[in-house]
Amino acid sequence: MNDLLTSSLELFGSTLRVSTPLLFAALGGMMSERSGVINIALEGIMLMGAFGATTVALATHSPWLGAVGAVIISVLFTVFYAVSVIELKANQIVAGMAMNMLAAGITPFLSKVFYNSSTSTPSLPLELRFQSAPVWAAWICVLLSWLWMNHTPSGLWVRFAGEHPEALDSAGVGVKRVRWGAVLMSGCLAGLGGASLSVFLASSFTRNMTAGRGFMALAALIFGKWKPIPTALACLFFGFSDAMQIRLQGVVLWGTEPVPVQFIQILPYLVTVLVLAGVVGQSRAPRALGQPFDQA
Amino acid sequence: MNRIAKLLLAFLKPLVRPTLAVGLGLSLGLLITKFAGENPWHVLEILVRSSFGSRYDLGMTLYYATPLVFTGLSVAFAFHAGLFNIGAEGQLTLGALAAAATGIYFPHLPTPFAPILAGLAAITAGMIWGAIPGWLRAKRGSHEVINTIMLNFIAAGICSWTTLYLLRNMDSQNPETETVGAGYFIHHLSFFGDAPVSVSIFVALFAALFVWFFLWKTALGYEIRAVGHNENAARAAGIDAAKIRIIAMVIAGGLAGLVGVNDVLGNTGRFKVDFSPGYGFMGIAVSLLGRNRPLGVVAAAVLFGALHKGSTDLDLETENVTRDLSQILQALVMLCVSADVFWDGIWGTVKKMFQGSQRNHRNQSNPENSDNKAEQTSVGL
Amino acid sequence: MTLAVEFRGLNKSFRGVSANRDICLKIKKGSIHAIIGENGAGKSTAMKILYGTYQPDSGDILIDEKVWGGRGKPWASPSDAIHCGIGMVHQHFMLAAPHTVLDNILLGVETSSAVWKWLLPGFRPLDRKSARKKLNQLSAQYGLHVDLDAKVESLSVGVQQRIEILKLLYRDAKILILDEPTAVLTPKETLELFENLKKLCHQGKTVIIITHKLKEVMNLANRVTVFRAGLVVGEREIHETNIEDLACLMVGRKVNIVQEAPPLPVLKGPVLEMKGVSTISHFSGNPSGKAIAKASGGTSSRKLQNIDLSVHGGEIVGISGVEGNGQAELIQAILHPRDHSASGTIRLFGQNIAEMSTEQIKAMGMGVIPDDRLRDGLLLNRPVRENFLLGLQRKVPFNRYGMIAFNQLEEATSLAIKEYDVRPKMTGIRAGALSGGNQQKLVIAREFKYSPKFVIAAQPTRGVDVGAVEFIHKRILKARSEGSGVLLISSELDEILALADRILVMYEGRIIAEFPRGAVTEKELGMKMGGAAQ
Repeated sequence: MNDLLTSSLELFGSTLRVSTPLLFAALGGMMSERSGVINIALEGIMLMGAFGATTVALATHSPWLGAVGAVIISVLFTVFYAVSVIELKANQIVAGMAMNMLAAGITPFLSKVFYNSSTSTPSLPLELRFQSAPVWAAWICVLLSWLWMNHTPSGLWVRFAGEHPEALDSAGVGVKRVRWGAVLMSGCLAGLGGASLSVFLASSFTRNMTAGRGFMALAALIFGKWKPIPTALACLFFGFSDAMQIRLQGVVLWGTEPVPVQFIQILPYLVTVLVLAGVVGQSRAPRALGQPFDQA
Repeated sequence: MNRIAKLLLAFLKPLVRPTLAVGLGLSLGLLITKFAGENPWHVLEILVRSSFGSRYDLGMTLYYATPLVFTGLSVAFAFHAGLFNIGAEGQLTLGALAAAATGIYFPHLPTPFAPILAGLAAITAGMIWGAIPGWLRAKRGSHEVINTIMLNFIAAGICSWTTLYLLRNMDSQNPETETVGAGYFIHHLSFFGDAPVSVSIFVALFAALFVWFFLWKTALGYEIRAVGHNENAARAAGIDAAKIRIIAMVIAGGLAGLVGVNDVLGNTGRFKVDFSPGYGFMGIAVSLLGRNRPLGVVAAAVLFGALHKGSTDLDLETENVTRDLSQILQALVMLCVSADVFWDGIWGTVKKMFQGSQRNHRNQSNPENSDNKAEQTSVGL
Repeated sequence: MTLAVEFRGLNKSFRGVSANRDICLKIKKGSIHAIIGENGAGKSTAMKILYGTYQPDSGDILIDEKVWGGRGKPWASPSDAIHCGIGMVHQHFMLAAPHTVLDNILLGVETSSAVWKWLLPGFRPLDRKSARKKLNQLSAQYGLHVDLDAKVESLSVGVQQRIEILKLLYRDAKILILDEPTAVLTPKETLELFENLKKLCHQGKTVIIITHKLKEVMNLANRVTVFRAGLVVGEREIHETNIEDLACLMVGRKVNIVQEAPPLPVLKGPVLEMKGVSTISHFSGNPSGKAIAKASGGTSSRKLQNIDLSVHGGEIVGISGVEGNGQAELIQAILHPRDHSASGTIRLFGQNIAEMSTEQIKAMGMGVIPDDRLRDGLLLNRPVRENFLLGLQRKVPFNRYGMIAFNQLEEATSLAIKEYDVRPKMTGIRAGALSGGNQQKLVIAREFKYSPKFVIAAQPTRGVDVGAVEFIHKRILKARSEGSGVLLISSELDEILALADRILVMYEGRIIAEFPRGAVTEKELGMKMGGAAQ
């Protein structure tokens, strides 16, 4: 009985930790998508944030400064995306994929330039990484974003920018301005998500370390109907499947051999596909999502 | 405006945007190499030399370009149905595995039956992996962008397990399968020296021809494009959009699966885990640059094949530039190509230079600007 | 009498095409002023300039007899205009469906209590309480009552319009512009609106309505300005003019308001028979099938309830009713029976179509003129010839062994655009470059190509210029005389009264009345459309 309790608590703790990058990324995605801008680039922004966090943390020996570095780098990176998509009206999915490829290419490139290895950066010892702060920070962000979205003017603007930008425009509020703010915020949050990967869950930056989490965050967003609390719970769910995957490796479930690790590893991705297939019908996206706004 | 200028404009117009985009993307990429401590001109020189400098180099460029034609066509085909196929990577991996598996399980078949069978297996595997997101989108409405990306990871897992547990090459440390039967190897083109160029380049060209013919000359192709242009109108006309979406993804998957013919049957004879340097994602850039037209895809595939060969050599010949540069360059080109408004603005300026004060606005009316449309057209009448 | 608004010499062009030329008009304070003109005459543009959405190229605007801004630059954006006390209710409401009425009204003029002054303006918590107080005051003062906490999507169109007006009053608007306000209202709601507008005027507000409905202008307005082809062609006090005068000014020539009645129908066998049809699931129109989110906005009024309807060859059955009362559902039930669960039977040419695909149904000999040609009828970025092919790509002359026979297509398209007078006569230009009337004619040419025995014509002359309207009506009458059955669905009373042999009225998903030709007056029909007692 005690065993079951301890391993459940362990699993829960593991779930909380593993969900943290997803949570940040999904909140970021929510900001952007509620304002009407699809953000497929979460994956790439997270990657940039992860790299930035490691680099700055290595240089300054402080994970907090690393987090600041992550935010700065990911916001700068997001500026390119915002320009392409809001000002130049590029197709949002194409531009998002381009940003992902750019991040996937730039990060090992810079890693080689700085540390002479394109596969991973030097390890950070345990004392120089976060112990549990990102988990708290993520949930505080969930609460703040709920308050912000429902009880402040800028929250109202963002919701209208995604639902009915024409109404926002005719009420005298600049739609592009609001979308810019939302997209930059999403970059900041995704960057923090990346930081919580490389300076918390792991000890260094490795090539492509986001491994699809940016997209899982989008799936969580859809699952969570683009609202803060349901999205956070969806992230917990996906995080759980990820934590299970780690837990189950090498475990014998039936027969004598443990389940092959490759099949365990695909579990979170499979879960994502199944959840989306079951859930999309009931989930209603912001009406103006993906449509660039033309001021008459 | 005189006829010659008109003809010239018509010919040049589709080329302007891609050319400028490549130019801009390349320039930005070379600037980045400066940051890595290299001389950008030196980098450019290596890039050009190593892609076209010798028969071997040209061959390698074509060897890299061939899978890009397949994945580029795959992505382009799906685009015409209004779908984003980000899953070419998973589709091509399963296709290649299927080709290898056929050659391992039926090793004694003779050429030409053997490679044809393996090729069909590759296409079928790709088709299945395309059918899944196609069905999910058509029947459940879940967006193919996320599904195809997830399926890429799942495909990687399946292929990895199959290679290591079922088809493993015991003589090697690398995660790869055994070699296929001798009858499976397709004809190598020795014109290009040691470069593994095979008749698969002709398969690629044939595939491009097939896509062109299918989409623009057949009724089913028309229906696919109609769904991509305006799904509501297509449905109202009796076209079954769900069925069309599935068909489009199936064909797109099959096209991507053909990569196996190039890399397995035309080169190593084995499936190696992670053999693809990201052909599936590169295919997106290729398709975009090629404006989703078969001819454009072929041209763009050669260009990106060249960039990839060049980047591989750069990795070896310079201190700090890794082959990731190729990915950076592609991403920059993609961004540049996709910035519609920017290019429309430039095009507008170019046109003004040719036309002077002549005005012919009705044919230029932009339907997106619906506020003005009513005013313009009624007053124009 | 002070002038609330005056335009002097206003000019505006878009890409070299003039939309407003030397516009001068005078609007008196405390009056209801109508701005009329056909589609594309420039009236919307002029009012959008007043509201700040567009900036004029030259000319002055005077508010309360003072010139605003520099020459030709009264204001840079709607927020400037709002500051001057100008408000606009657009034709398509500026309301976000899933949000509450209160939030929709607050947008752009949010306030917070002084406690939060230290935060950046966008981040101070909203003060909804004082907004509520002010709104309750305004509601009482002007008689405009709404539930502030309801979600907009659950409210009827008439109530939504009330919200839009309240929005303006909340912002202390003194001049209210309404763009085609009655387009989506039932006759009853229209009367309520007129009452409210008169109340507003009595309290000193100036109301400007943009419309093309001459009868309403005569009933409501004090003064009217007529636009045509970008110019002001006349300005009258209402008691100085009448409908014929205004129509003449609007169109520029003598208009034949009354049409000759066609001969009595010669009925053939039934082409469409619907018995007891009710839809069980909501209309979604989403190709992903039944498992998708429900439609928003007044959902209950869209479901079909026990429809009994038949159309015979050789007659035109007209369904009148304000849009949104189940007409779209009716068409979807006939065109896409497999996508919706419905009880009852639908027979086409005697066959039950419940399990048929759209392709099969159309192949039986049905043509459809969709109510929204841009959304449902055309591929805007493709050339005219490919649009002509839409739906016909499997038919024999155009299809040989699965391939498209382009020379046949070219020939047929050229013939069709000649017969239907589609301009410009080029098969290769983008469909999006054609005007509304020409686009509609193209769609009709295509749908009528194989002489369908059953035609659904939904809002066939919406957004179509007057010359094309006549052509389209003639074509529909011709189909009738050739023995086809036509189901005409229109919210234009004149059209129904002129064309239909039998007139049905649809309201909230039911057919609530039926009249033979000539047995109902316009007024009665209008009242029925608004749901008057059955």
